[in-house]
Amino acid sequence: MPTVSMTVNGKPVSADVDSRTLLVQFLRENLRLTGTHVGCDTSQCGACVVHVDGVALKSCTTFAWQVEGANVTTIEGLADGDKLHPMQEAFRENHGLQCGFCTPGMIMSAVEMVWRKGSDLDEQTIREELDGNLCRCTGYHNIVKAIHAGARAMAGDRGPARQAAE
Amino acid sequence: MYAFEVHRPTTVRQAVNLLAKNPEAKLLAGGHSLVPVMKMRLASPSALIDLSKVEGLSGIEVGSRSVTIGAMTRHRDVARSPELHQAMPALASVPDSIGDPHVRNRGTIGGSIANNDPNADYPAACLGLGATIITNKRKIPADEYFQGMFDTALEPDEIITKVSFPIAKKAGYEKFKHPASGFALVGVFVSKRGSEIRVAVTGAGANGVFRATAFEEALKKRFHPKSLDGVTLLPDLMNSDIHAGKDYRAHLVGVMARRALAKAVAG
Amino acid sequence: MSATGIGASVRRKEDFRFITGKGHYTDDISRPGQTYAYFLRSPHAHAKIKRIDKAAAEKMPGVLGVLDGAEMQADKIGNLICGWMIHSKDGSPMKMAPHPALAVGKVCYVGDPVVVVVAETLAQAKDAAEKVVVDYEELPAVVDCAKAKGATQIHEVASDNVIFDWHLGDKAKTDVAFASAKHVTKLDIYNNRLAPNAIEPRAAIGEYDTGSESFTLWNTSQNPHVARLVIAAFVGMAPENKLRVIAPDVGGGFGSKIFIYNEEVVALWASKRVGRPVKWTAERSESFLNDAHGRDHATHAEMAFDADGKILGLRAHTIANLGAYMSTFSSSVPTYLYATLLSGQYAIPQIYCEVDAVYTNTAPVDAYRGAGRPEAAFVVERLMEVGAREMGIDPADLRRRNFVKSFPHQTPVIMAYDTGDFDASLKKAMELADYKNFGKRKREAERRGKLRGIGFSAYIEACGIAPSQAVGSLGAGVGLWESAEVRVNPTGSVEVLTGSHAHGQGHETTFAQLVSERLGIPIESISIVHGDTDKVQFGMGTYGSRSGAVGMSAIVKALDKVEAKAKKVAAHMMEAAEGDIEFKDGKFTVAGTDKSAAWGDVALNAYIAHKFSGQELEPGLKEGAFYDPTNFTFPAGCHICEVEIDPTTGVTEIVNWSAVDDFGVVINPMIVEGQVHGGVAQGIGQAMIEHAIYDDNGQPVTGSFMDYAMPRAHNLPSFKVGMTTTKCPSNPLGMKGCGEAGAIAAPAAVINAITDAIGTENIAMPANAATVWAAIQKIQPRAAAE
Repeated sequence: MPTVSMTVNGKPVSADVDSRTLLVQFLRENLRLTGTHVGCDTSQCGACVVHVDGVALKSCTTFAWQVEGANVTTIEGLADGDKLHPMQEAFRENHGLQCGFCTPGMIMSAVEMVWRKGSDLDEQTIREELDGNLCRCTGYHNIVKAIHAGARAMAGDRGPARQAAE
Repeated sequence: MYAFEVHRPTTVRQAVNLLAKNPEAKLLAGGHSLVPVMKMRLASPSALIDLSKVEGLSGIEVGSRSVTIGAMTRHRDVARSPELHQAMPALASVPDSIGDPHVRNRGTIGGSIANNDPNADYPAACLGLGATIITNKRKIPADEYFQGMFDTALEPDEIITKVSFPIAKKAGYEKFKHPASGFALVGVFVSKRGSEIRVAVTGAGANGVFRATAFEEALKKRFHPKSLDGVTLLPDLMNSDIHAGKDYRAHLVGVMARRALAKAVAG
Repeated sequence: MSATGIGASVRRKEDFRFITGKGHYTDDISRPGQTYAYFLRSPHAHAKIKRIDKAAAEKMPGVLGVLDGAEMQADKIGNLICGWMIHSKDGSPMKMAPHPALAVGKVCYVGDPVVVVVAETLAQAKDAAEKVVVDYEELPAVVDCAKAKGATQIHEVASDNVIFDWHLGDKAKTDVAFASAKHVTKLDIYNNRLAPNAIEPRAAIGEYDTGSESFTLWNTSQNPHVARLVIAAFVGMAPENKLRVIAPDVGGGFGSKIFIYNEEVVALWASKRVGRPVKWTAERSESFLNDAHGRDHATHAEMAFDADGKILGLRAHTIANLGAYMSTFSSSVPTYLYATLLSGQYAIPQIYCEVDAVYTNTAPVDAYRGAGRPEAAFVVERLMEVGAREMGIDPADLRRRNFVKSFPHQTPVIMAYDTGDFDASLKKAMELADYKNFGKRKREAERRGKLRGIGFSAYIEACGIAPSQAVGSLGAGVGLWESAEVRVNPTGSVEVLTGSHAHGQGHETTFAQLVSERLGIPIESISIVHGDTDKVQFGMGTYGSRSGAVGMSAIVKALDKVEAKAKKVAAHMMEAAEGDIEFKDGKFTVAGTDKSAAWGDVALNAYIAHKFSGQELEPGLKEGAFYDPTNFTFPAGCHICEVEIDPTTGVTEIVNWSAVDDFGVVINPMIVEGQVHGGVAQGIGQAMIEHAIYDDNGQPVTGSFMDYAMPRAHNLPSFKVGMTTTKCPSNPLGMKGCGEAGAIAAPAAVINAITDAIGTENIAMPANAATVWAAIQKIQPRAAAE
C-alpha cells in the first residue's frame, strides 16, 4: 500500500492507501471531507471537482497517489475562515443552488473558470465553460447569474497557479 | 476496480523497461479514458506506469516549418499556447474542443493519440496535417499510425514521446459534438500545405479516423468550400448509433468539411 | 410585506451548509462497523433463473453475506407493492405481479437485483460478486409498449401483459360530438421514456439494533413516512414502531425518490442478517438501470372542432409502459394524473380517454416531474397547435376562443377548476415573447439561412394532491393530507415539524417565512425539521407540487392553534379577557388599553405557568395539525418558445423562452422562479435530447451520461419568467404549487416551435439535431443540403 502525503485545505495529511483509492475516496473516506460528491461513474457530472495546485480536476478520475505532494483545496477549504469566498456568496445571493448536490463542484469549477478566463465573463462563455458540470435542479439560469456576479467579485484574483508563476 | 501496481518512472527508458517487464501494464497519462473503464472493471491492467514524472515529455516547440508537442502536454496548455495560436490556430483550436475544462486540465495529446478513440479529436488533426508520431523507437507517419478504432501502429513496448505537425498555411477544424458525451460525432480537419491537401474525418467512420480522399481530390482544383458541392461520402462507410444514422453522419461530414474549409481559407 | 415574510425573496437558510460542503447526504453518513452492499443484477431482460451458486463468493476475503431472494422469502420478507388500485373497464382489478426485492425464479429487466453481496469493503463485495454463478434460461424480451399486448408473457397474473385497460369519460357522447365536427385534428404521439437522473444517486444504509430489536434506514427519500409504512406494513420488515426512516439532505428527486426500492429493503434485511450496518450507494450506471423511469406513452389523439374553431370533443387512446414491475404509484400516473387533465385550459364538452397499461422487460416506470400531466398537456397543446394550423387560425386566437372563462368549471374528466385567468397569462406571455414582431425576426433569420419558429403551450395541471376522500375513491391506498407540529420553545424560538420533505425546494426558508410573518419573529429563530420518522409525526412527503398548498396549510392550521393558546396565556398574564387579546407583529395587546406582552414573554409564561392554574390552562405551547385539502389546486400558465434552426445540421437553438405562470399566492418569488427554470430545463431536455432507449433485446442503450444526453448549460437559454395571480380558493394561503409547471409546459412549446419553423405537422421527441435535420430534408431538401 503506497503512502500518500499532500496538503488538503492547508493541512498536511498522510495515509497508507490502496493504489486503487481515488482522490475523491481519499477525501471523503479517509479525511471525512464529504463536501466533494460523486454523481456519476463516467467523469461527466463534475460533482467531484476540487483544485489541485490551483487547477480544477475531477477527483473521481484521479488516483490519490497522482497528487502526491500537491496542494489540494476542496469546497470545505474555499472560505477564508468564517468569510465565505465571493463565489460561494454569489451562489447564495443568486439562488444558484437547489438540492445542493452539484454545488460544491459547480463552485470549485466556477472559481477556476475565473482564474482561467478572467473576471469579466459573458453568458456564452460561462455556459460553455460549464460543460463539465451537470445540474438537474436549476436549469443553470441562476448558476450562470451567480458565476457572472461571483466572477466580478473575484476581480484581481488570478489564482495560485498564475500567481506562483509570476 | 481491480488491484494494480503503481510505477512512477522518471525517464522514458525506465518507462519502456517497465512496459517490457509488465506486458499487462498500461501507461497512464491524463487518465480520463483509462480510469473510467478501470472503475467499471472493463480494463484490468496489472500495473499503471505513470508518465507524469518522466522528464522531457511535455512542452510545445514552434519552429519555422513544424510544431512539436510533447506527448504529456495537457490539452489546456496546447489550447493556451500563444506561439501555437500564432503559428497554426487551427491546431490550437483542437484541444479546446475536447471534453470539458476538467478533462482539458488533465488530458494529454499522447494519451489521446495512443488510445485512438474513434470519436477523438486529435487523431483528425494528426491525419489532417500529416503529422509524425515520434516514439522512443521511431518516427511514424500519421497515415501509417492510425489503424482502425482503438488500434495503432504502436508496438507493446513503444511510448509516444512527441508529435510533430508540419505547419500548414491553410488549415481548419470543425466539430459536431455528440449530444451526450461531447466527443466528436463528426469532426473534420482540413489542410493545404503546398500542393498537399488533406481532409481527415473523425467520429463518423465505421472504423475510426480516415482521410476523405474524394474530398481531397475535389479540392485539388480549388481549395474552397464550393469545390465540395455535389461531392458526398458514401453513407455505408459511416458509423451509426442512436444519436446519428449513417445518412446524417455522411451529410455532416460534408457540412463540417465545408465549415472547416471556410475557416481555413479565411484564416 | 416584511423583509422575511410572505412575498419576499429571502435568501435561503439552507444554502450555507451546501455552499460550504457541510450538507449531510445519505452517502456522507458512515455508521460504526459499516459494511458495503453490492448488487449482482440481471444481465438479461427476461430470463428464468435456473441456479444460483454462491459457494465460491462466500469464501472470498471480507465477505459477510451472499444473499438471494429465496433466503429473503424464507425470512418472510414480502414484496414491493403498487399503492394505487386501478380497475379495468370490466371492473376487474389491475394485475399486480409479485415484485420481490431480490429476484425469485425469474428476472424481468436488465438490472433486476438478483443477489446482494455484503463485505467489509465495496471492492471486496464486487470481487466476490464476480464469483457468484447464476445460470439463466433466456426468454424473448418485450420492449415496445405498443407491441406488448399479447407478446411473450412476462408475469403469470397478466396473460397478455396488459395490467389494466381503463377509461375515463363518456365514449358515446364523445363519438356524437365528433360526428358533428367540421374539422378533426388527429395526431400520433410518442411521449419519450426518460431517466430522472437526480445528480445525487440513490443510497441507503440499513442498521439493525439487536438490543431494541429495531431498524434504522437512512435513505434518499422524498417521503420517509411512506417508506416506513410500506416497508413495515407490506414488506413486513418490522412493525412501524420498530423502524425509523431518516431521509437527510437529499440531492434532488423529481419523483424518482418517492418510490420504495429493492435496495433499501435489502439493506435493512441484510443488516440484520450480517449483524452490521449495511450501506449501498448507487453508481450512476445503476441509476440508469433501476431508478424508475418516466413517461413512455404511445397515444393516438383526436380533437373535433366546429366551424368557428370551438372544440367539440377530444378522444385519446394511450398505451402506457409500466415496465417490468408496478412501481409504488405507477398505476396512477397514466390514469388519474393524466386523463383528468385532458381538458387543458379549454371548455371541452366531451372527452373520452382509454388507457392500456402494459408490462415490458424494461425498468419500472413511475412518476417523474409532472407525472401524467406533461403527457396530457402535450396531447392537448399539440392538438391545439396542429388544429390551428390546419384550420388557418392563429394559434393564440384558437386558444382564446376555447379558454374556460368562468369558474368554477367542471370538466368532463373529474376535475373542477376553481379559479384561473388563462387569457391573462397568454396575453402577458405574448408580450414577454414580443409575439407581434415574430414575423420580422423570422424574415431576418431567413436572410441568414436559418429557420425560426414559435410555439405556445397553455398548460394546466392539478396539484397539491389532494383531498384524501377524492383520491381514495379513485384508488389511492393512502390519504394525501399533510401534517405539521409547531413547537414553541420557552425562549420563543420555534421548531416546525413538517411531514413535507425538502430535496431542493427550500422549505427551510419558505416555511420559516410563513411562520415569521405569522408570529412576527425573525426567521433565524425558526427551524424547520423534516425527514426523520422518529422526530416528525406521520406525514405524506413531497411530490405533486404539494408542499406549499398542503404542507404549509397544515402549518397554518397549527399556527392558528398556537395563536389561540398563546392568547389564553397572554390573557392570564395581562389579566384581561381572552376575547380582548389581539396579536400583531409579534406582540399581544389588550384591546383599548396600552397593555402588551411580547411573543417571547408569552412563550416563557406558557412554560413557567406561574400566571394560571393547571385547571385553567395546560402549560406549554405546542400544537399539531393535519390538513386535508378540499380540492386539487390548478396552477396554469402559458409558455412560449422561439427557436432558430440551422437547416444544414438540424441544430436547434432556443432563442427565447417566455414563461408566465399563475401559481396563486407566492411565498418566495426567487425560489418559485428557480423551480420554473428547473422544470422548463427538464421539459426542454425531454423535447430535444433526452431518451432512455432499450434495444430489441431489452438491453439498455443509454446506460450512462456518455449516451443519455442530459441538458447542459450550453443547451439552454436564460429564461424570461413572469407571473399572473389568481388566488387559490381551496387552501388558507391561496397557493397553487409551482414545482412541476415547467416540465409540464415545456415539451409542447418546444415541439410546436420546431414544427412551426420547419413547416411540418409532427416530429418525434426528442427532436434532436438528427431528427430535425431528417424532417427538414423531407420537406425542404435544398435547405437541408446547404
